[in-house]
Amino acid sequence: MKTLAEIVVAVLSLLGAGFALIGSWGLVRLPATMERLHGPTKATTLGLGALLLASVVYFRTQLGVWTAHELLISLFLFLTAPISANMIAKVHLHRLRSGAANEPPGIAGPPPRPGEEGDWATFEAPARDTPASTANS
Amino acid sequence: MIDIALPIAAGCIALALILNGWRLLRGPGLGDRIVALDTMVINAIALIVLIGMIGGNATYFEAALLLAMVGFVSTIAYCKFVLRGDIVE
Repeated sequence: MKTLAEIVVAVLSLLGAGFALIGSWGLVRLPATMERLHGPTKATTLGLGALLLASVVYFRTQLGVWTAHELLISLFLFLTAPISANMIAKVHLHRLRSGAANEPPGIAGPPPRPGEEGDWATFEAPARDTPASTANS
Repeated sequence: MIDIALPIAAGCIALALILNGWRLLRGPGLGDRIVALDTMVINAIALIVLIGMIGGNATYFEAALLLAMVGFVSTIAYCKFVLRGDIVE
């Protein structure tokens, strides 16, 4: 039983560290910003999830205590990674549009248009009744 | 087995941090630098968890949880500042 737990911990921690390394390698290796966003937000988050699972099993079997903090961290990270990726993509789109950034063509080519007419929602002016600020309302 | 696996994993995470630092210093666009900082925070969390496992000390998870929250908020604040020129409007 102890050996099985050791194998599980070793495999999960190596898997997690490997995924984190792959994500960072993608950050270095990929040519365009939109493609660089993929490595850290997906591979690294998955790697950290595996690492935290390894930590739960390790503390349960080696030290005999249940720790739930890891699950909390991974839940928080899985919730926040898409949000920060969305914000970074918005920053990049706006900088591309204003001409502050130019990027080399990526492997996948330019991103497809969002539709026949219209543009990305982040470029649109606010709708009529959208408050510009919630500070004084 | 764990005694061998954990230092190897820590080495992988350290290498990943160096790669992120390269992208942070080099990165042609502002977006790249924000991505690199965000990834550095995630990798630092992974390193803290690994150090906690190697040392057999569960107290490190508080630090990891705090770092996860602060990292997320700082990424959002940085993006918001670039997008709007202001953080709290």
